[in-house]
This record gives sequence, C-alpha cells and structure tokens, in this order.
Amino acid sequence: MSAASRLVLGDSAPFDPTAPLTASGNLGRRTMVDRIVRVIATAAALFAVAMLVVVVYGVFVRGVSSLSLSFAFRNPQGLAGGGIFNYLLGTIEVVTLGAVIALPIGVLTGLYLTEFAGPRSRVAGFLKLALDVMQGLPTIVVGLFIYGLIVIPQHVQSGFAASIALAIVMVPLMARASQEVLLLVPGSLREAADALGVNRWRTVLTVILPSAVGGIATGAILAIARAAGETAPVLILDSIYNPSQTTLDIFHGVPTVPMLIFTSVELPIPEAVARAWGAALLLMLMILIANIGARLWLARTRTKMAR
Amino acid sequence: MLFALCALAGLLVVVTLFDLVYQLVKDATPAVSRFGFGFLGHTTWKPGFNIEGAGALIYGTAVSSALALGLATPLGIAIGLYLSMIATPRVRATVGPLVEMLAAVPSIIYGFWGLVVLVPFVKHLEPGLHDALGFIPLFGAPSTIGISVLSAGIVLTVMILPIISALSRDLFLTVPEELKDGAAALGATSWEVIRGIVLPSTASGVGAAVVLGLGRALGEAIAVSFVIGDVNAIHGSLFQPGSTLAERIANQFQGALNNLHLAAMFYCGLILVVIGMITSIAARAIASRFDVNRTLGGGVL
Amino acid sequence: MTAGDRTGGGVPGDPGPPGRLRLRMESTLSSATSSSINGGGPEPSRAVVFDIRDMAVYYGQNRALADTSLKVYRNLVTAVIGPSGCGKSTFIRSLNRMNDAIVGFRLEGQVLYHGHDLYGSDANRVEVRRRIGMVFQKPNPFPKSIYDNVAWAPRNLGMKHRLDERVERALRQAALWEDVKDRLRDSALGLSGGQQQRLCIARAIAIEPDVLLLDEPASALDPVATASIEELMHDLKHRFTIVIVTHNMQQAARVADRTAFFSLETIGPDRFGTLIEYGDTETIFRGASDSRTRDYVAGRFG
Repeated sequence: MSAASRLVLGDSAPFDPTAPLTASGNLGRRTMVDRIVRVIATAAALFAVAMLVVVVYGVFVRGVSSLSLSFAFRNPQGLAGGGIFNYLLGTIEVVTLGAVIALPIGVLTGLYLTEFAGPRSRVAGFLKLALDVMQGLPTIVVGLFIYGLIVIPQHVQSGFAASIALAIVMVPLMARASQEVLLLVPGSLREAADALGVNRWRTVLTVILPSAVGGIATGAILAIARAAGETAPVLILDSIYNPSQTTLDIFHGVPTVPMLIFTSVELPIPEAVARAWGAALLLMLMILIANIGARLWLARTRTKMAR
Repeated sequence: MLFALCALAGLLVVVTLFDLVYQLVKDATPAVSRFGFGFLGHTTWKPGFNIEGAGALIYGTAVSSALALGLATPLGIAIGLYLSMIATPRVRATVGPLVEMLAAVPSIIYGFWGLVVLVPFVKHLEPGLHDALGFIPLFGAPSTIGISVLSAGIVLTVMILPIISALSRDLFLTVPEELKDGAAALGATSWEVIRGIVLPSTASGVGAAVVLGLGRALGEAIAVSFVIGDVNAIHGSLFQPGSTLAERIANQFQGALNNLHLAAMFYCGLILVVIGMITSIAARAIASRFDVNRTLGGGVL
Repeated sequence: MTAGDRTGGGVPGDPGPPGRLRLRMESTLSSATSSSINGGGPEPSRAVVFDIRDMAVYYGQNRALADTSLKVYRNLVTAVIGPSGCGKSTFIRSLNRMNDAIVGFRLEGQVLYHGHDLYGSDANRVEVRRRIGMVFQKPNPFPKSIYDNVAWAPRNLGMKHRLDERVERALRQAALWEDVKDRLRDSALGLSGGQQQRLCIARAIAIEPDVLLLDEPASALDPVATASIEELMHDLKHRFTIVIVTHNMQQAARVADRTAFFSLETIGPDRFGTLIEYGDTETIFRGASDSRTRDYVAGRFG
C-alpha cells in the first residue's frame, strides 16, 4: 500500500504526529464539553449532599432545644409540656410487634428463594414479583387494607393493626436483605454439606444461617428503622389514643411519634410545635444512626464473607 | 420441615397481596357502584353532598409526580455518573452513602421540614419565577402562600432522588471496564465514553430506576399532605395549591363524614394500588435484563 | 517488504503523502550502554517513534517493570515477547497512557514520543490516545452495529465527511469488508471472535492513528483467525508503526521486524519485569547475545 492509499478527506485536517502532545483538531472544544459535564455532575452531587445537610440541619436547629433526658423519659403534661415518653414507648411497642411478625416471614421467604427454589422455578419468579409489588405499594394503601381487614371488624383502631401494616411494609425488605446475605454464603459450604449426606434443612439451620446472621440482623435494623418512621399506616389505623398516658394495651390506640408530629404541626401553640420538633429530631437521629451503623456493619459482613 | 415453613411464608406473602386487592375492592364498592368510572373524570369532591370525584386528585398526582420526575431524573443520572465515573473511590465511598441517606429520612420529616422551611422559600421564589417564566401558564401569578403543587413537586424530587441516583450509579458501575477502555483507547473524552457507551448500554436499567422513582412519587401521602394544601381544584399554575390521591386519603380519612366518603377514599386507594402495581411490574420488566445485585430493601430505599 | 527493512542501512523514513510534514530523522548510532541490550548489527537510520529511557513502572510500592530503555522505529513491527507476568502488558499500556486509570500507577524515567514527553505536564491524554491506538487481547466490540463501531470514533473527532468511505476503507484494511459489507447495520456482537478482533482493528485504524499497539491480539483466537490477523501486520505497517505484545514466539518470528525480549528478575523479595534484549528479529531468534534470550527462544523455559 502506498502513500496514495492514505485517506485524505476534506474535513479531517491531517494531523502531524510529531507536533507537541497538546489538543489538536476539535479536541479543544470536546475537552471543554467534557469539563462542563464534569462540573454539572459534581454540582448535582453537591446539591444532593446539600439537601441532606439542609434538611438535617433544619430539623436539628428547631428540635435540639427540646431535647433532654426528661423529654425522652417523661410523659406529656397538658398540651405542650413534659416529655414524649409514652409516644416513644408506643412506637417501640408497635414496631417491635411488627418486626416480630415480619422477621420470620421475611427470612423464611428469603430462605425459600435462595435455598429451596430452583433458579428457573416459576413459583420463585412469581414470589419475587409479589415481593416487588408489595415493596412498591404506597404505605397508605397498606393502611387502608388493614383498616378493612382488622379495624372494621374489631370496631377499634389499635396499635396491633398498625403493627400488622408495618409488618407488611417490612417483609419485602427483610426478604431482600436475607436473600442478599444468603447469596454471599459460598456455594462450597453447601456442596460440602451435601457431600457429607446432610439434610438440606439441617445444612441451612446449622451452617448457612449462622454465617448469614450478621447480615440478616443489619437488614432487620434497617427495616425497623424504616417502619419506625412510617406515618401513613398509623394515621389510618392508630390515630385514636390517650395522648398523655403510656399504654401497654396494644389492642387499642397506642400513641406513636409520627402521630405526635402529624397532629402537632397545625396547633397554634408554639410549645407544642417545639415539642413536635424535638420528637422529629429524635426520630430522625435514631433512624439515621441506625442506618449508618447498619451499613457499616453490613459492609464489614460483606468483606468478611467475600474472603 | 424447614422447607414447609419457608413455603408457607412465601404463600402468606402472595395471599396477603391478593387479600389486599380484595379488601380494597370490597371497601370501595359503595363508591364504585355509585360513581363508576366517572369517578376518575369528575372533579367535584363534596362529601357533605355525597358527591366525590377524583379528577382533581388524579391531576394533582400526575402534575406533582411529573414535576418530581422531571427534576429528579436528570439530577439522579448526573449524580450516578459523578459517583461512578468521576469521583475517586474514596469520595464515592463517602458521598454515595450520604446521597442514600436521603432515602432514610422518614416522609413525615420531609413534610414537616417542607412546611416550615421549603414553603416560605418557595413563596420567595415565586415572583422571580413568574417574572422569568411567566409566559408559561405553569408559572402563573405568585400566590400569597407557598403551599402549592410546586412545593409538593420539590419535596417529592428530594425524596425520589436517592432512588434514581443510587440505582444509576450501580448500573454505570456494571459497564465492563474493557468497553470503557476500548472507547478511551480511541481518543475519546470521558463524556464521549459516557454518552456513547455507558448510557446506551444501561438505558433500560436507568429507565427501570426512573419508573421506580415514579412509583414512589405517585404513592407518597404524608410529605405531600404537609405542603400541597388539600385543595380540590385544578389550576394551571404550579404556584396554586392542589391535592393528590394519596394525600387526600391522609388528610380526610380520620374525619370522614359518612360511609360513602370513606368508600370514595378506598376507591382512591384502589386507583393507587393499580398504579403501584403497574409501576412495580413495569420496572421489573424493563430491568429484567439486568441483575442489579444490591439490597433495594433494608429500609434504606 | 524489502531487504533494507530487516537489516538496517540507510532507509529514510516514509516521506508521507502530500501535505504532511517531513518526518524527522534521527541518527541512531548505538551508545555504549544500550548496545548490549539493543544489540546486533548497525542501527537502522529510521525515524524514532518511541524513545524510551530508563522506564520503570510501579503499582503503589511494587515495582512491576524496571529500567527499560529501547527505541521503537517508524513503520516497523516491533514485537514484545517474554514469559507470563514479565510486564509486557504493563509496558505496552504505558505507551498510550492506558495505565493512568490504575490506582497507584507510577512511571519513572521517560517515554518520548517523537521527542515529546508522553507523561509531560502539557501532554493531553486524550490526544495521546488519538495518535497512539490500541487493540486489546480480548475483542471488545461496542454493543452497537458494525458500522457504528467503526464510525464512532471518527464521528467524535469530527470526521463526518465521507464517513461511509472511511468505514469501508478501514474494514477493507482489516480484511473484514467482504464478510460484513452486507450487514453493516447488524450488531457487532454477532460476529465470530476473529471477526470481532478484526473489527476492533478496523475501529482503531479508522481514525488514522500514528501508532498501533496490539496487546496479544490473537491470543483469544483460533489458529485460522490468528493467521488472518498476522497477515494484516504486513500491510498495516506501511501505514502505521506497530508494537505487538505476544506470548507466541513463532508469531513474533513471523510478523516482527524487531523484537524485544522481557523477562522476570528477582532481587531478594522484589520481583519485576525488565528488558533483557532487543534487536532485529533474526538476531534475537538466531543469535541472541544473552543466554536468557537464547534459552527462552529455544523453549527451555517460560
């Protein structure tokens, strides 16, 4: 092939390879476009972080003055005084019951999908779809569901109904977390147990679950943190309660933190609003700390299991 | 034995879902039989006169979600690109979780904050927006209160941003290094590699992420209820208050005037279920080619 | 290919097509230090494309490649051979700055490209890659049509004029045109391994780079596909300067004008690759100076 075979086309200025290695041809413009895109993307990320800061700071600055030990451990006095102990307790009750219901169901479902169902199983596919749909349900709809299922027949709104609704919110999260952790367990463990002639379920109980426990626990914490902040279900199912007493009767109205905030917002009493901010700050801090803690632990679990 | 328990759990999940639809249909029946499909088109909502129509709610839901999607999609993709292609691994490991934290904040906090911080801010913003963009009917005359569809849209944007950006980031990271190397070796800038290789090959996954974000926005009740005003009207301007399906339920359920009022709200719930199912299934269908191996659950998203 | 190519003598650089600047010629009398490594016979007085001086590569604290010096000459095929892990890939990827993305990568010494420092502060990485193209070991076609694979980079560079011709010529040069001319809009992923690799070559030459770096281009291919790739070398070197890494000695013997032999050295706990010997291919394979080279080409190790 001779020189004549070299392409000499009108628009492409033949470049000189011996010229210095600075941008030639249209590279100057393209580099600028590249830089602009970088700036935009970085700005977007900064915006997101800024939003987080703005929201957290906004709640912090309005709620911090209300925080104190007595705030957390005393009951309300009147419309605006005292603490929010009964609300905190109520949230703990409702969420705990919901978790007690959701955890086993979620983990068992996750177990089914990873250990017992074939990869091409139609049942497994359908179950996964069901879990996805369940996860995508607006929580207010879950509230409506339980209202019809439990509140109407029982003629009373209750913490119990709210627990069931929260359990529905938590199950898909638990199932997914369980799956993810279980999938990390090396197949070699299962194969070794099979080769030794051990029953599938025995393997699961004694070998697989123990190594997945850490990840499942963090998944549970994250699911619980999520449920603790859910307002829509309690708004529908548990909005009638005694606002100044603690109660352990979960089959009637139980005060919860989200309800406190929701009902205090429009009150013309600044102290009540301040108390709501304190409650909001407490709720937000607990959830954020639970999230950060769980993530860090989850990251450690992942690296441990990857070894 | 364990197998039986697991299978039972799975069965319970499926049964619950079916029961949910059944219950909603049952409890919505008084309204469905009374209003039929006209419920979707009529906008009058006067429980005292036994007239309910979800037209304004559907409009509000659509507009606020469209706004949120319009803002959060480019932002989310840009953040996903930043985290996967521009940030150093150390920066990615700090900023990534921070963005995901946005999803951990409960909706009631967003609502409360929205009411007290965002709404006044929007009120300040409105005159400027009207001056600049007033020729578009969306940006009509500024109102005296910031409670508006715009505020709802902005709150929703912040709430769905982490979904889109985290999923986008994960998707962009799955593009094989060898493809990006091959593109770079041809003298392309990073943006050209993104535009030519990364974005096209992850398009369906990003689409699924957007649909998931949309689903979230459509069903959000609490945060929206603080900032949109629960006003049953259709306005052209974003600066006016409005209402959405989910928010109407949140605001009026406990004070329902009569059974028909209640049933009408169940009817709204039914519409929301249908929308929620469609978005979940659509997202799955779009993303079925991708195996994004991460915990969408765990409470963070 | 004339005799002058292989044995040196005063073959001037290709004067180039109209409009191109004359290439500089550098006198290349061997220096005392490099004569043993860059050995054998009189140096051809060709233009030097790469002048690599005491190049060393570190990944973090680990030295991967030690003090390598050699010159790559214009319009020749220069092969890089050696046992696995001796730094051949590291070496070639350093020639177009593809190692920049690797965390901890550090290069010492100098890599001069036409006299310009490739790693200098005013060297634009994207520009470097525009001039020095690379084809990778595993074919990596984009998930696009065959046409778009080849046309993608020219479009980026603004070469919109007569793009169809450019694509066709690149595909012809890569000996792929006949296979794909009727299905240019089909996905490139439907091609066989050998065809995909030729597509990658077409893709690289479509923008008319100055240099083509080939990192074991045929190692993932069957013998027939390999043979077709090797045939390309003879034609392509008239237009480009080619550096090819190969673990297949016979391949180097078949296609290369000059050959560089790298191997692993161990000094205490430190294991690194280094250039052992470099010269005309005939010399390296028939009468190498270093015993390690002789052992390797005789198949006694690696």
